[in-house]
Amino acid sequence: MESINFDLNSTPLREINQYLHGAPETLKGKSVTIANPNGAHNIAVGLKADLEVTIQGHAGYYAAGMNQLAKVSIEGSAGTGVAENMMSGMVHVKGFASNAAGATAQGGLLVIDGDAGLRCGISLKGADIVIGGSVGSFSAFMAQAGNLVILGDAGEALGDSLYEARIFVRGKVHSLGADCEEKPMQEADRKILVDLLEKSGHADISPDSFKLFGSARTLYNFHVDNAGAY
Amino acid sequence: MKTPQTLPRFSATFDPHSISEIRRAAATGIYDIRGGGAKRKLPNFDDLLFLGASVSRYPLEGYREKCGTDVVLGTRFAKKPIHLKTPVTIAGMSFGALSGPAKESLGRGANAAGTSTTTGDGGMTPEERGHSSILVYQYLPSRYGMNPDDLRKADAIEVVIGQGAKPGGGGMLLGQKISERVAHMRCLPEGIDQRSACRHPDWTGPDDLEIKIAELREITDWEKPIYVKIGATRPYYDVALAVKAGADVIVLDGMQGGTAATQEVFIEHVGIPLLAAIRPAVQSLQDLGMHRKVQLIVSGGIRNGADVAKALALGADAVAIGSAALIAIGDNDPLLEDEYRKLGTTAGAYDDWHEGRDPAGITTQDPELMKRIDPVMAGRRLANYLSVMTMEAQVIARACGKSHLHNLEPEDLVALTVEASAMAKVPLAGTDWIPGQRY
Ligand SMILES: Cc1cc2nc3c(=O)[nH]c(=O)nc-3n(C[C@H](O)[C@H](O)[C@H](O)COP(=O)(O)O)c2cc1C
Repeated sequence: MESINFDLNSTPLREINQYLHGAPETLKGKSVTIANPNGAHNIAVGLKADLEVTIQGHAGYYAAGMNQLAKVSIEGSAGTGVAENMMSGMVHVKGFASNAAGATAQGGLLVIDGDAGLRCGISLKGADIVIGGSVGSFSAFMAQAGNLVILGDAGEALGDSLYEARIFVRGKVHSLGADCEEKPMQEADRKILVDLLEKSGHADISPDSFKLFGSARTLYNFHVDNAGAY
Repeated sequence: MKTPQTLPRFSATFDPHSISEIRRAAATGIYDIRGGGAKRKLPNFDDLLFLGASVSRYPLEGYREKCGTDVVLGTRFAKKPIHLKTPVTIAGMSFGALSGPAKESLGRGANAAGTSTTTGDGGMTPEERGHSSILVYQYLPSRYGMNPDDLRKADAIEVVIGQGAKPGGGGMLLGQKISERVAHMRCLPEGIDQRSACRHPDWTGPDDLEIKIAELREITDWEKPIYVKIGATRPYYDVALAVKAGADVIVLDGMQGGTAATQEVFIEHVGIPLLAAIRPAVQSLQDLGMHRKVQLIVSGGIRNGADVAKALALGADAVAIGSAALIAIGDNDPLLEDEYRKLGTTAGAYDDWHEGRDPAGITTQDPELMKRIDPVMAGRRLANYLSVMTMEAQVIARACGKSHLHNLEPEDLVALTVEASAMAKVPLAGTDWIPGQRY
């Protein structure tokens, strides 16, 4: 596989991103490394080609934001909004992720090996997120579609105002948000969970150790008796 | 002898509208939701007058001497700024709130006039892109329908922080209007209420906004102008922070600005009128040395060429219209009076846009109702109206001796009321007094 190596110490971010926005046919199958990211923001945002990008260290805000098709691997930790609004492809954070990881993502898979901060998967719109560690409060707030798999614990108000997304939690849930409730795990849910555990390198973990949470759907249409919950 | 009777006396405080609201609230237990902007009387551009030329200034000859109207937006950072023939743009109104044919009409009208249209909450439809030569793509807290492909297809990007009708509020599209297509675009089930968040999910505060704007620029390779839209509340500080965060263009929406659906209490009681917001915004740009470098678009209750000329004279670069554009394409048309009556209202007052039963086929997703609007005809009417507004503004500018609308200045204006004088910072007519400034 052809490998192209960039160093953020010597090449400006603009130049690297411009390269990564090249014609998808030309970039397809290429492997790109980015050395010395040192927490820079907006690394590898807006990719639209089926290539592999390795960020060799810590990334700042919005790493791999709006990703399409690409496989982006972050060897350190990621700042706020990693893989925000991802459409497809895969983003793998080997360290921890800060707030709003995978916010509004519509497709693709985000894997975080460590913990994720507040509002992980906020307004999720169809993507899958697997967190090896725990997530902060308000995770999956208003999540509309997709799956959030949490191997560790969840903070306060998990799944507040949830729509149709599924939340699988293996550890402790500090509290559930408005309209989020535990659901019986059906065969279809189990299949989704098994598949995601496999894809994220956790095939050894039993799906039976998870609980499923979803929307009670009581806030779907405004009703005066629910006013206190809005 | 008959005892003289006092006449029944109604309260000025408990006026008929307040009384009916108390009854309605008591019966339903729900606040009133409606479309449109603030309906109460507010200080506005009617409280300002142009002085015109005479002995000390000389005017330009109507029809013969040129009076430019064009405007370039996004000159600060964007590789591809937008060039409009008229400083009147079409404000962001969502597909979902508006029907497909209504959006098409707006696109056709704007194209003919050489100006831009704007998407809204819910994303960009291919039809909308197709019918608008210059299309601004809104980037909203809900991110409904937000797609990087559409971001790249846009001519400019508008980061929406707030709206004049509801600064600090999110959006709401009630289940009745959620057709299959609208639901699909927003990744939600059909027929349920769609609450749009009031804060962006992945940034909080001006420092984050700067990084967010940088992300949008990186993704679109620094080509597109990036606007930041704010509801008028603390314009001096909000404008300064938006400029610091890297905006190319500021969109400032006053409290008269329309909405598709918001609580009445929000529309009428939060935010400040456009008249009060322009000068602090312009002052902020001037203090930063950015006036005319970061362009200012203002909206909220703009109706005619005089409003346009006054907004520009106070320092704006362009205006945006929402409600007026809807009226031009047929909203609240008296020809539909019978149908408005059936809905318990009357032409000119219909504002239950969230219910999706608009007889004019504009604020609805009902396939039958939307057939009533002919996008070619409606687009033509909007083009006519935009052209009239532009010509009216030129009439005023020439009378003030200006060869371009942008040469209008506060010095051309006086105020009719003390309030307007204080807000617009132009003297009360016939005096040299501006409250808070002299003596
Ligand atoms: C039907 C309707 C829908 C609107 N939808 C949006 C929207 O999606 N996003 C937004 O920023 N503003 C929205 N607005 C506000 C307009 O963009 C604009 O700020 C306002 O209409 C300007 O004031 P005017 O109506 O007095 O011209 C909407 C307004 C109306 C009337």
